[in-house]
Amino acid sequence: MTGRGLVVVLPYLWLLLFFVVPFAIVLKISFSDVDLAIPPYKPLWEWTGKNALAIKVNFNNYVFLFTDSLYIKALLNSLKVAFFSSLLCLIIGYPMAYGIARARPALRNVLLLLVILPFWTSLLLRVYAWIGLLKANGVINNVLIWLGIIHEPLTMLYTPFAMYVGIVYSYLPFLILPLYANLEKMDWQLLEAAEDLGCRPWQAFYKITLPLSRNGMLAGSMLVFIPAVGEFVIPALLGGPNALMIGRVLWDEFFSNRAWPVASAVAILLLILLVPFMMWYQSVQSNESAGSK
Amino acid sequence: MNDRRSFFMITCIAFGFAFLYIPILSMMVFSFNASKLVTVWDSANSPTLKWYYSLLSNEEILDAAWISLKVAVINASGSVILGTLAGFGLARFARFRGRFTLNAMVTAPLVMPEVITGLSLLLLFVALEQTIGWPAGRGITTMTIGHMTFSMAYVCVVVQSRLATFDTALEEAAMDLGARPPKVFFVITLPIIFPAILSGWLLAFTLSWDDLVISSFTSGPGSSTLPMVVFSKVRLGVSPEINVLATLTVAAVTLIIVGVSLWMARSARAEKLAA
Repeated sequence: MTGRGLVVVLPYLWLLLFFVVPFAIVLKISFSDVDLAIPPYKPLWEWTGKNALAIKVNFNNYVFLFTDSLYIKALLNSLKVAFFSSLLCLIIGYPMAYGIARARPALRNVLLLLVILPFWTSLLLRVYAWIGLLKANGVINNVLIWLGIIHEPLTMLYTPFAMYVGIVYSYLPFLILPLYANLEKMDWQLLEAAEDLGCRPWQAFYKITLPLSRNGMLAGSMLVFIPAVGEFVIPALLGGPNALMIGRVLWDEFFSNRAWPVASAVAILLLILLVPFMMWYQSVQSNESAGSK
Repeated sequence: MNDRRSFFMITCIAFGFAFLYIPILSMMVFSFNASKLVTVWDSANSPTLKWYYSLLSNEEILDAAWISLKVAVINASGSVILGTLAGFGLARFARFRGRFTLNAMVTAPLVMPEVITGLSLLLLFVALEQTIGWPAGRGITTMTIGHMTFSMAYVCVVVQSRLATFDTALEEAAMDLGARPPKVFFVITLPIIFPAILSGWLLAFTLSWDDLVISSFTSGPGSSTLPMVVFSKVRLGVSPEINVLATLTVAAVTLIIVGVSLWMARSARAEKLAA
Protein backbone atom coordinates (compact mmCIF):
# COMPACT_ATOMS: atom_id res chain seq x y z
CA MET A 1 0.00 0.00 0.00
CA THR A 2 1.23 3.48 -0.83
CA GLY A 3 1.85 6.21 1.75
CA ARG A 4 -1.31 7.97 0.61
CA GLY A 5 -3.36 4.90 1.26
CA LEU A 6 -1.97 4.59 4.76
CA VAL A 7 -3.10 8.11 5.63
CA VAL A 8 -6.72 7.68 4.69
CA VAL A 9 -7.23 3.98 5.38
CA LEU A 10 -7.96 4.42 9.08
CA PRO A 11 -10.72 7.06 8.84
CA TYR A 12 -12.04 5.27 5.77
CA LEU A 13 -12.44 1.93 7.52
CA TRP A 14 -13.80 3.59 10.66
CA LEU A 15 -16.58 5.37 8.75
CA LEU A 16 -17.28 2.29 6.68
CA LEU A 17 -17.72 0.11 9.76
CA PHE A 18 -19.50 2.59 12.05
CA PHE A 19 -21.42 4.72 9.59
CA VAL A 20 -22.17 2.74 6.41
CA VAL A 21 -22.45 -0.87 7.59
CA PRO A 22 -24.99 0.10 10.31
CA PHE A 23 -27.38 1.27 7.59
CA ALA A 24 -27.25 -2.17 6.00
CA ILE A 25 -28.21 -3.64 9.37
CA VAL A 26 -31.06 -1.16 9.76
CA LEU A 27 -32.27 -2.18 6.31
CA LYS A 28 -32.06 -5.85 7.24
CA ILE A 29 -33.95 -5.43 10.49
CA SER A 30 -36.64 -3.33 8.82
CA PHE A 31 -37.62 -6.55 7.01
CA SER A 32 -37.76 -8.64 10.20
CA ASP A 33 -40.65 -9.55 12.44
CA VAL A 34 -41.14 -8.09 15.87
CA ASP A 35 -40.39 -10.66 18.55
CA LEU A 36 -40.81 -10.71 22.30
CA ALA A 37 -37.16 -11.44 22.94
CA ILE A 38 -33.84 -9.74 23.44
CA PRO A 39 -33.10 -8.24 20.94
CA PRO A 40 -36.77 -7.80 20.00
CA TYR A 41 -36.76 -9.03 16.41
CA LYS A 42 -36.73 -12.38 14.64
CA PRO A 43 -33.70 -13.41 12.57
CA LEU A 44 -34.05 -12.88 8.84
CA TRP A 45 -32.49 -16.20 7.95
CA GLU A 46 -32.27 -19.44 9.86
CA TRP A 47 -30.71 -22.82 9.23
CA THR A 48 -33.57 -25.25 9.32
CA GLY A 49 -32.41 -28.79 9.23
CA LYS A 50 -29.17 -29.77 7.55
CA ASN A 51 -28.76 -27.85 4.34
CA ALA A 52 -31.86 -25.72 4.21
CA LEU A 53 -31.73 -22.01 4.72
CA ALA A 54 -35.04 -20.33 5.44
CA ILE A 55 -35.15 -16.66 4.58
CA LYS A 56 -38.08 -14.76 5.92
CA VAL A 57 -38.30 -11.33 4.39
CA ASN A 58 -41.47 -9.48 5.05
CA PHE A 59 -42.65 -6.09 4.02
CA ASN A 60 -45.17 -5.89 6.84
CA ASN A 61 -43.36 -3.06 8.56
CA TYR A 62 -43.46 -0.94 5.43
CA VAL A 63 -47.06 -1.85 4.66
CA PHE A 64 -47.86 -0.85 8.23
CA LEU A 65 -46.19 2.56 7.78
CA PHE A 66 -48.35 3.30 4.79
CA THR A 67 -51.63 2.01 6.20
CA ASP A 68 -51.47 3.68 9.59
CA SER A 69 -51.90 7.37 8.74
CA LEU A 70 -49.77 8.42 11.77
CA TYR A 71 -46.46 7.83 10.00
CA ILE A 72 -47.27 9.61 6.76
CA LYS A 73 -48.76 12.52 8.69
CA ALA A 74 -45.67 12.76 10.88
CA LEU A 75 -43.42 12.64 7.84
CA LEU A 76 -45.32 15.35 5.98
CA ASN A 77 -45.51 17.51 9.09
CA SER A 78 -41.75 17.15 9.66
CA LEU A 79 -41.07 18.23 6.08
CA LYS A 80 -43.36 21.23 6.51
CA VAL A 81 -41.83 22.27 9.83
CA ALA A 82 -38.28 21.86 8.50
CA PHE A 83 -39.10 23.84 5.35
CA PHE A 84 -40.64 26.81 7.15
CA SER A 85 -37.91 26.75 9.81
CA SER A 86 -35.25 26.98 7.10
CA LEU A 87 -37.16 29.84 5.50
CA LEU A 88 -37.42 31.71 8.82
CA CYS A 89 -33.73 31.11 9.51
CA LEU A 90 -32.96 32.55 6.09
CA ILE A 91 -35.10 35.64 6.70
CA ILE A 92 -33.50 36.30 10.09
CA GLY A 93 -30.03 35.07 9.22
CA TYR A 94 -29.45 36.73 5.86
CA PRO A 95 -29.34 40.32 7.12
CA MET A 96 -27.13 39.17 9.99
CA ALA A 97 -24.64 37.36 7.75
CA TYR A 98 -24.68 40.30 5.35
CA GLY A 99 -24.16 42.84 8.11
CA ILE A 100 -21.28 40.84 9.60
CA ALA A 101 -19.62 40.43 6.21
CA ARG A 102 -19.76 44.19 5.63
CA ALA A 103 -18.71 45.24 9.14
CA ARG A 104 -15.25 46.63 9.90
CA PRO A 105 -12.74 43.74 10.27
CA ALA A 106 -12.25 44.21 14.03
CA LEU A 107 -15.99 44.34 14.69
CA ARG A 108 -16.55 41.47 12.26
CA ASN A 109 -14.52 39.05 14.38
CA VAL A 110 -16.42 40.00 17.52
CA LEU A 111 -19.80 39.57 15.81
CA LEU A 112 -18.72 36.25 14.36
CA LEU A 113 -17.64 35.09 17.79
CA LEU A 114 -21.07 36.09 19.11
CA VAL A 115 -22.75 33.92 16.47
CA ILE A 116 -20.49 30.97 17.25
CA LEU A 117 -20.78 31.15 21.06
CA PRO A 118 -24.37 29.85 21.38
CA PHE A 119 -23.47 27.06 18.98
CA TRP A 120 -20.85 25.86 21.48
CA THR A 121 -23.33 25.90 24.35
CA SER A 122 -25.44 22.81 24.87
CA LEU A 123 -28.43 22.64 22.53
CA LEU A 124 -30.42 20.94 25.26
CA LEU A 125 -29.84 23.80 27.68
CA ARG A 126 -30.65 26.44 25.08
CA VAL A 127 -33.92 24.69 24.25
CA TYR A 128 -34.61 24.42 27.95
CA ALA A 129 -34.17 28.20 28.24
CA TRP A 130 -37.23 28.65 26.03
CA ILE A 131 -39.39 26.65 28.44
CA GLY A 132 -38.65 29.31 31.06
CA LEU A 133 -39.44 32.08 28.58
CA LEU A 134 -42.60 30.64 27.05
CA LYS A 135 -44.48 28.91 29.86
CA ALA A 136 -47.68 30.33 31.37
CA ASN A 137 -45.93 32.03 34.29
CA GLY A 138 -42.74 32.42 32.27
CA VAL A 139 -40.65 35.46 31.53
CA ILE A 140 -42.44 36.64 28.35
CA ASN A 141 -45.92 36.42 29.89
CA ASN A 142 -44.77 38.12 33.07
CA VAL A 143 -43.24 40.99 31.11
CA LEU A 144 -46.29 41.42 28.88
CA ILE A 145 -48.66 41.41 31.87
CA TRP A 146 -46.42 43.84 33.73
CA LEU A 147 -46.47 46.16 30.71
CA GLY A 148 -50.26 45.90 30.62
CA ILE A 149 -50.33 44.56 27.05
CA ILE A 150 -52.15 41.39 28.06
CA HIS A 151 -54.15 40.46 31.16
CA GLU A 152 -54.27 36.69 30.83
CA PRO A 153 -51.10 34.70 30.15
CA LEU A 154 -50.79 33.51 26.54
CA THR A 155 -50.46 29.79 25.87
CA MET A 156 -47.17 29.50 24.01
CA LEU A 157 -45.35 26.48 25.42
CA TYR A 158 -46.28 23.07 23.96
CA THR A 159 -47.62 24.62 20.75
CA PRO A 160 -46.32 24.51 17.16
CA PHE A 161 -45.24 28.12 17.70
CA ALA A 162 -42.88 27.07 20.50
CA MET A 163 -41.46 24.32 18.32
CA TYR A 164 -40.75 26.72 15.46
CA VAL A 165 -39.10 29.18 17.85
CA GLY A 166 -36.93 26.39 19.24
CA ILE A 167 -35.84 25.07 15.85
CA VAL A 168 -35.13 28.49 14.34
CA TYR A 169 -33.26 29.53 17.46
CA SER A 170 -31.12 26.40 17.61
CA TYR A 171 -30.26 26.18 13.93
CA LEU A 172 -29.73 29.88 13.16
CA PRO A 173 -25.89 29.74 13.53
CA PHE A 174 -25.80 26.82 11.05
CA LEU A 175 -27.35 29.10 8.45
CA ILE A 176 -25.38 32.23 9.25
CA LEU A 177 -21.90 30.67 9.16
CA PRO A 178 -21.84 29.21 5.61
CA LEU A 179 -23.71 32.23 4.30
CA TYR A 180 -21.21 34.57 5.92
CA ALA A 181 -18.31 32.56 4.47
CA ASN A 182 -19.89 32.99 1.04
CA LEU A 183 -20.68 36.71 1.39
CA GLU A 184 -17.25 37.47 2.80
CA LYS A 185 -15.64 36.39 -0.48
CA MET A 186 -17.83 38.68 -2.53
CA ASP A 187 -16.35 41.55 -4.50
CA TRP A 188 -18.20 44.59 -3.12
CA GLN A 189 -16.92 46.73 -5.98
CA LEU A 190 -19.55 45.05 -8.12
CA LEU A 191 -22.20 46.77 -6.01
CA GLU A 192 -20.48 50.13 -6.28
CA ALA A 193 -20.21 49.69 -10.03
CA ALA A 194 -23.92 48.87 -10.28
CA GLU A 195 -24.84 51.91 -8.20
CA ASP A 196 -22.55 54.14 -10.27
CA LEU A 197 -24.36 52.90 -13.34
CA GLY A 198 -27.66 53.97 -11.81
CA CYS A 199 -28.92 50.91 -9.96
CA ARG A 200 -30.79 51.68 -6.76
CA PRO A 201 -29.22 49.92 -3.72
CA TRP A 202 -32.10 47.46 -3.40
CA GLN A 203 -31.94 46.71 -7.10
CA ALA A 204 -28.19 46.16 -6.91
CA PHE A 205 -28.73 43.82 -3.96
CA TYR A 206 -31.45 41.92 -5.78
CA LYS A 207 -29.53 41.65 -9.05
CA ILE A 208 -25.99 41.08 -7.76
CA THR A 209 -25.66 40.09 -4.10
CA LEU A 210 -28.60 37.73 -3.97
CA PRO A 211 -27.67 35.63 -7.05
CA LEU A 212 -23.99 35.54 -6.05
CA SER A 213 -24.85 34.29 -2.57
CA ARG A 214 -27.07 31.50 -3.91
CA ASN A 215 -24.65 28.73 -2.90
CA GLY A 216 -24.28 30.13 0.59
CA MET A 217 -28.04 30.32 1.01
CA LEU A 218 -28.50 26.78 -0.28
CA ALA A 219 -25.74 25.31 1.90
CA GLY A 220 -27.02 27.12 5.00
CA SER A 221 -30.66 26.17 4.40
CA MET A 222 -29.69 22.56 3.85
CA LEU A 223 -27.77 22.52 7.13
CA VAL A 224 -31.03 23.59 8.80
CA PHE A 225 -33.51 21.58 6.76
CA ILE A 226 -31.94 18.10 6.79
CA PRO A 227 -31.34 17.72 10.53
CA ALA A 228 -34.58 19.56 11.35
CA VAL A 229 -36.66 16.93 9.51
CA GLY A 230 -35.45 14.29 11.96
CA GLU A 231 -35.25 16.57 15.00
CA PHE A 232 -36.17 14.92 18.28
CA VAL A 233 -35.14 17.06 21.25
CA ILE A 234 -36.92 20.29 20.31
CA PRO A 235 -40.36 18.81 19.53
CA ALA A 236 -40.09 16.61 22.63
CA LEU A 237 -39.39 19.54 24.94
CA LEU A 238 -41.31 22.43 23.38
CA GLY A 239 -43.87 20.88 21.03
CA GLY A 240 -46.15 19.18 23.51
CA PRO A 241 -47.90 15.85 23.01
CA ASN A 242 -49.46 16.83 19.68
CA ALA A 243 -46.26 17.80 17.92
CA LEU A 244 -46.13 15.02 15.36
CA MET A 245 -42.56 14.82 14.12
CA ILE A 246 -41.01 11.76 12.49
CA GLY A 247 -37.89 11.85 14.71
CA ARG A 248 -40.11 11.61 17.73
CA VAL A 249 -42.19 8.81 16.24
CA LEU A 250 -38.99 6.84 15.60
CA TRP A 251 -37.82 7.47 19.17
CA ASP A 252 -41.14 6.34 20.66
CA GLU A 253 -41.34 3.23 18.48
CA PHE A 254 -37.87 2.31 19.64
CA PHE A 255 -37.86 3.24 23.32
CA SER A 256 -41.53 3.07 24.34
CA ASN A 257 -42.93 0.34 22.08
CA ARG A 258 -39.70 -1.61 21.66
CA ALA A 259 -40.72 -2.07 18.03
CA TRP A 260 -37.21 -2.15 16.59
CA PRO A 261 -38.23 -3.37 13.13
CA VAL A 262 -40.84 -0.59 12.79
CA ALA A 263 -38.34 2.02 13.99
CA SER A 264 -35.86 0.67 11.42
CA ALA A 265 -38.43 0.94 8.64
CA VAL A 266 -39.12 4.56 9.69
CA ALA A 267 -35.37 5.26 9.60
CA ILE A 268 -35.03 3.76 6.11
CA LEU A 269 -37.98 5.76 4.82
CA LEU A 270 -36.58 8.96 6.28
CA LEU A 271 -33.17 8.20 4.85
CA ILE A 272 -34.54 7.60 1.34
CA LEU A 273 -36.27 10.96 1.60
CA LEU A 274 -33.20 12.83 2.84
CA VAL A 275 -30.43 11.31 0.69
CA PRO A 276 -31.25 13.47 -2.36
CA PHE A 277 -30.97 16.59 -0.18
CA MET A 278 -27.66 15.38 1.24
CA MET A 279 -26.30 14.80 -2.25
CA TRP A 280 -27.49 18.25 -3.26
CA TYR A 281 -25.76 19.73 -0.22
CA GLN A 282 -22.53 17.95 -1.07
CA SER A 283 -22.55 19.20 -4.66
CA VAL A 284 -23.26 22.77 -3.50
CA GLN A 285 -20.40 22.45 -1.03
CA SER A 286 -17.91 21.20 -3.61
CA ASN A 287 -18.96 23.94 -6.08
CA GLU A 288 -18.38 26.44 -3.34
CA SER A 289 -14.88 25.24 -2.47
CA ALA A 290 -13.96 24.86 -6.14
CA GLY A 291 -15.07 28.45 -6.73
CA SER A 292 -12.90 29.78 -3.92
CA LYS A 293 -9.65 28.36 -5.26
CA MET B 1 -29.48 56.61 1.56
CA ASN B 2 -26.42 55.00 3.00
CA ASP B 3 -27.44 56.03 6.50
CA ARG B 4 -30.86 54.56 6.13
CA ARG B 5 -29.37 51.32 4.83
CA SER B 6 -26.92 50.97 7.66
CA PHE B 7 -29.67 51.79 10.16
CA PHE B 8 -31.69 48.90 8.71
CA MET B 9 -28.67 46.59 8.93
CA ILE B 10 -27.93 47.53 12.52
CA THR B 11 -31.57 46.92 13.51
CA CYS B 12 -31.51 43.48 11.90
CA ILE B 13 -28.26 42.52 13.57
CA ALA B 14 -29.40 43.83 16.95
CA PHE B 15 -32.67 41.93 16.67
CA GLY B 16 -30.84 38.75 15.66
CA PHE B 17 -28.40 38.91 18.54
CA ALA B 18 -31.17 39.73 21.01
CA PHE B 19 -32.96 36.59 19.79
CA LEU B 20 -29.78 34.54 20.26
CA TYR B 21 -28.85 35.90 23.67
CA ILE B 22 -32.03 36.77 25.63
CA PRO B 23 -32.81 33.12 26.43
CA ILE B 24 -29.24 32.50 27.62
CA LEU B 25 -29.15 35.67 29.71
CA SER B 26 -32.53 34.94 31.27
CA MET B 27 -31.31 31.50 32.39
CA MET B 28 -28.25 33.11 33.94
CA VAL B 29 -30.29 35.72 35.81
CA PHE B 30 -32.80 33.21 37.15
CA SER B 31 -30.05 30.89 38.36
CA PHE B 32 -29.69 33.36 41.24
CA ASN B 33 -33.41 33.33 41.98
CA ALA B 34 -34.39 31.83 45.34
CA SER B 35 -37.89 30.74 44.28
CA LYS B 36 -38.47 27.14 43.23
CA LEU B 37 -40.84 28.47 40.57
CA VAL B 38 -37.70 29.55 38.66
CA THR B 39 -39.24 32.32 36.53
CA VAL B 40 -41.05 34.17 39.32
CA TRP B 41 -38.48 36.45 40.91
CA ASP B 42 -38.45 36.17 44.69
CA SER B 43 -37.05 39.61 45.47
CA ALA B 44 -36.99 39.06 49.24
CA ASN B 45 -34.44 36.24 49.16
CA SER B 46 -32.64 36.79 45.86
CA PRO B 47 -30.00 36.88 44.59
CA THR B 48 -28.82 33.70 46.20
CA LEU B 49 -26.29 30.94 45.53
CA LYS B 50 -28.41 28.22 47.09
CA TRP B 51 -29.06 26.38 43.82
CA TYR B 52 -25.34 26.44 43.11
CA TYR B 53 -24.72 24.56 46.34
CA SER B 54 -27.55 22.17 45.65
CA LEU B 55 -26.25 21.42 42.14
CA LEU B 56 -22.73 20.80 43.38
CA SER B 57 -23.99 18.35 45.97
CA ASN B 58 -26.31 16.51 43.58
CA GLU B 59 -24.76 13.03 43.27
CA GLU B 60 -26.78 12.02 40.23
CA ILE B 61 -25.67 15.07 38.25
CA LEU B 62 -22.05 14.81 39.36
CA ASP B 63 -21.83 11.12 38.45
CA ALA B 64 -23.34 11.83 35.05
CA ALA B 65 -20.95 14.74 34.52
CA TRP B 66 -17.99 12.47 35.29
CA ILE B 67 -19.16 9.91 32.70
CA SER B 68 -19.72 12.70 30.17
CA LEU B 69 -16.27 14.07 30.82
CA LYS B 70 -14.58 10.71 30.27
CA VAL B 71 -16.48 10.08 27.04
CA ALA B 72 -15.85 13.62 25.79
CA VAL B 73 -12.09 13.53 26.38
CA ILE B 74 -11.54 10.12 24.79
CA ASN B 75 -13.84 11.07 21.93
CA ALA B 76 -12.09 14.38 21.27
CA SER B 77 -8.64 12.80 21.23
CA GLY B 78 -9.68 9.93 18.97
CA SER B 79 -11.67 12.18 16.64
CA VAL B 80 -8.74 14.54 16.23
CA ILE B 81 -6.53 11.71 14.99
CA LEU B 82 -9.11 10.23 12.60
CA GLY B 83 -10.42 13.63 11.47
CA THR B 84 -6.96 15.06 10.81
CA LEU B 85 -5.97 12.02 8.74
CA ALA B 86 -9.17 12.29 6.71
CA GLY B 87 -8.89 16.06 6.33
CA PHE B 88 -5.24 15.83 5.31
CA GLY B 89 -5.98 13.13 2.76
CA LEU B 90 -8.87 15.05 1.23
CA ALA B 91 -7.02 18.38 1.15
CA ARG B 92 -3.65 17.15 -0.12
CA PHE B 93 -4.33 14.17 -2.35
CA ALA B 94 -6.29 15.30 -5.38
CA ARG B 95 -6.84 11.75 -6.56
CA PHE B 96 -6.96 8.44 -4.76
CA ARG B 97 -9.21 5.43 -4.86
CA GLY B 98 -12.16 5.94 -2.60
CA ARG B 99 -11.83 9.73 -2.46
CA PHE B 100 -15.43 10.25 -3.52
CA THR B 101 -16.70 7.75 -0.96
CA LEU B 102 -14.57 9.20 1.83
CA ASN B 103 -15.79 12.69 1.00
CA ALA B 104 -19.41 11.52 1.08
CA MET B 105 -18.85 9.60 4.32
CA VAL B 106 -17.46 12.65 6.13
CA THR B 107 -20.14 15.01 4.80
CA ALA B 108 -23.12 12.81 5.65
CA PRO B 109 -22.68 12.65 9.46
CA LEU B 110 -22.77 16.47 9.58
CA VAL B 111 -26.36 16.59 8.41
CA MET B 112 -27.68 13.11 9.22
CA PRO B 113 -30.57 13.31 11.72
CA GLU B 114 -29.24 11.97 14.99
CA VAL B 115 -32.09 9.54 15.53
CA ILE B 116 -31.01 7.65 12.40
CA THR B 117 -27.32 7.57 13.34
CA GLY B 118 -28.17 6.54 16.89
CA LEU B 119 -30.53 3.75 15.90
CA SER B 120 -28.16 2.37 13.28
CA LEU B 121 -25.18 2.35 15.66
CA LEU B 122 -27.19 0.55 18.31
CA LEU B 123 -28.32 -2.11 15.85
CA LEU B 124 -24.70 -2.54 14.75
CA PHE B 125 -23.53 -3.05 18.34
CA VAL B 126 -26.30 -5.55 19.00
CA ALA B 127 -25.48 -7.47 15.81
CA LEU B 128 -21.73 -7.44 16.62
CA GLU B 129 -22.37 -8.72 20.12
CA GLN B 130 -24.48 -11.57 18.74
CA THR B 131 -21.90 -12.62 16.15
CA ILE B 132 -18.46 -11.93 17.65
CA GLY B 133 -19.33 -11.22 21.28
CA TRP B 134 -17.92 -7.69 21.20
CA PRO B 135 -18.84 -5.17 22.52
CA ALA B 136 -20.18 -7.06 25.54
CA GLY B 137 -23.08 -4.87 26.61
CA ARG B 138 -23.26 -1.16 26.04
CA GLY B 139 -21.77 1.71 27.95
CA ILE B 140 -18.91 4.15 27.77
CA THR B 141 -17.11 2.29 24.94
CA THR B 142 -20.09 2.13 22.62
CA MET B 143 -21.05 5.74 23.34
CA THR B 144 -17.52 6.91 22.60
CA ILE B 145 -17.46 5.02 19.30
CA GLY B 146 -20.77 6.63 18.38
CA HIS B 147 -19.56 10.11 19.26
CA MET B 148 -16.29 9.66 17.39
CA THR B 149 -18.14 8.72 14.23
CA PHE B 150 -19.82 12.11 13.92
CA SER B 151 -17.17 14.21 15.72
CA MET B 152 -14.39 13.15 13.35
CA ALA B 153 -16.45 14.50 10.46
CA TYR B 154 -16.47 17.95 12.07
CA VAL B 155 -12.72 17.78 12.80
CA CYS B 156 -12.12 16.74 9.20
CA VAL B 157 -13.98 19.80 7.88
CA VAL B 158 -12.07 22.18 10.17
CA VAL B 159 -8.65 20.68 9.29
CA GLN B 160 -9.44 20.44 5.60
CA SER B 161 -10.45 24.09 5.35
CA ARG B 162 -7.33 25.19 7.23
CA LEU B 163 -5.13 23.14 4.87
CA ALA B 164 -6.92 24.57 1.83
CA THR B 165 -5.91 28.11 2.80
CA PHE B 166 -2.21 27.54 3.37
CA ASP B 167 0.42 27.43 0.70
CA THR B 168 1.93 24.05 -0.17
CA ALA B 169 5.26 25.77 -1.00
CA LEU B 170 6.65 25.15 2.51
CA GLU B 171 5.88 21.46 2.32
CA GLU B 172 7.36 21.22 -1.16
CA ALA B 173 10.52 23.07 -0.09
CA ALA B 174 11.03 20.65 2.78
CA MET B 175 10.51 17.75 0.45
CA ASP B 176 13.02 19.20 -2.06
CA LEU B 177 15.53 19.46 0.75
CA GLY B 178 15.19 15.74 1.29
CA ALA B 179 12.68 15.39 4.13
CA ARG B 180 10.52 12.26 3.93
CA PRO B 181 6.73 12.82 3.84
CA PRO B 182 6.12 11.76 7.47
CA LYS B 183 8.81 14.17 8.63
CA VAL B 184 7.34 16.97 6.52
CA PHE B 185 3.97 16.31 8.10
CA PHE B 186 5.22 16.40 11.69
CA VAL B 187 7.74 19.25 11.30
CA ILE B 188 5.97 21.57 8.84
CA THR B 189 2.29 20.73 8.41
CA LEU B 190 1.33 19.86 11.96
CA PRO B 191 2.58 23.09 13.59
CA ILE B 192 0.82 25.15 10.92
CA ILE B 193 -2.51 23.42 11.28
CA PHE B 194 -2.22 23.19 15.07
CA PRO B 195 -4.84 25.91 15.70
CA ALA B 196 -7.29 23.97 13.53
CA ILE B 197 -6.51 20.77 15.40
CA LEU B 198 -7.06 22.54 18.71
CA SER B 199 -10.41 23.94 17.56
CA GLY B 200 -11.26 20.49 16.27
CA TRP B 201 -10.50 18.95 19.65
CA LEU B 202 -12.64 21.52 21.45
CA LEU B 203 -15.45 21.10 18.94
CA ALA B 204 -15.37 17.31 19.28
CA PHE B 205 -15.35 17.63 23.07
CA THR B 206 -18.36 19.94 23.00
CA LEU B 207 -20.33 17.80 20.55
CA SER B 208 -19.85 14.79 22.79
CA TRP B 209 -20.48 16.67 26.03
CA ASP B 210 -23.81 17.99 24.63
CA ASP B 211 -25.04 14.91 22.80
CA LEU B 212 -28.32 13.44 23.95
CA VAL B 213 -29.75 11.37 21.12
CA ILE B 214 -26.80 9.20 20.10
CA SER B 215 -25.87 8.66 23.77
CA SER B 216 -29.41 7.54 24.59
CA PHE B 217 -29.33 4.90 21.87
CA THR B 218 -25.81 3.61 22.56
CA SER B 219 -25.58 3.81 26.35
CA GLY B 220 -26.26 0.98 28.71
CA PRO B 221 -27.59 0.69 32.25
CA GLY B 222 -25.62 2.78 34.74
CA SER B 223 -23.95 4.93 32.12
CA SER B 224 -26.23 7.94 31.88
CA THR B 225 -24.48 11.03 30.60
CA LEU B 226 -25.15 14.54 31.80
CA PRO B 227 -27.49 15.44 28.89
CA MET B 228 -29.49 12.27 29.55
CA VAL B 229 -30.01 13.23 33.20
CA VAL B 230 -30.80 16.83 32.24
CA PHE B 231 -33.30 15.68 29.62
CA SER B 232 -35.19 13.49 32.05
CA LYS B 233 -35.35 16.36 34.56
CA VAL B 234 -36.33 18.99 31.99
CA ARG B 235 -39.15 16.82 30.64
CA LEU B 236 -40.84 17.34 33.99
CA GLY B 237 -40.55 21.13 33.68
CA VAL B 238 -38.11 23.83 34.70
CA SER B 239 -35.72 23.24 37.56
CA PRO B 240 -33.53 25.82 39.27
CA GLU B 241 -30.52 23.49 39.28
CA ILE B 242 -30.60 23.25 35.49
CA ASN B 243 -30.39 27.06 35.29
CA VAL B 244 -27.26 26.87 37.40
CA LEU B 245 -25.82 24.16 35.18
CA ALA B 246 -26.57 26.29 32.12
CA THR B 247 -24.92 29.34 33.67
CA LEU B 248 -21.78 27.39 34.52
CA THR B 249 -21.70 25.89 31.02
CA VAL B 250 -22.06 29.26 29.33
CA ALA B 251 -19.39 30.77 31.57
CA ALA B 252 -16.93 27.96 30.85
CA VAL B 253 -17.60 28.00 27.11
CA THR B 254 -17.22 31.78 26.93
CA LEU B 255 -13.93 31.74 28.83
CA ILE B 256 -12.47 28.98 26.68
CA ILE B 257 -13.66 30.32 23.33
CA VAL B 258 -12.65 33.90 24.03
CA GLY B 259 -9.30 32.73 25.42
CA VAL B 260 -8.55 30.51 22.44
CA SER B 261 -9.62 33.21 19.95
CA LEU B 262 -7.38 35.79 21.60
CA TRP B 263 -4.48 33.34 21.63
CA MET B 264 -5.03 32.53 17.96
CA ALA B 265 -5.33 36.19 16.99
CA ARG B 266 -2.07 36.88 18.78
CA SER B 267 -0.19 33.98 17.17
CA ALA B 268 -1.56 34.99 13.77
CA ARG B 269 -0.24 38.49 14.35
CA ALA B 270 3.14 37.13 15.46
CA GLU B 271 3.24 34.98 12.33
CA LYS B 272 2.58 38.06 10.21
CA LEU B 273 5.29 40.05 11.99
CA ALA B 274 7.78 37.22 11.52
CA ALA B 275 7.07 36.95 7.82
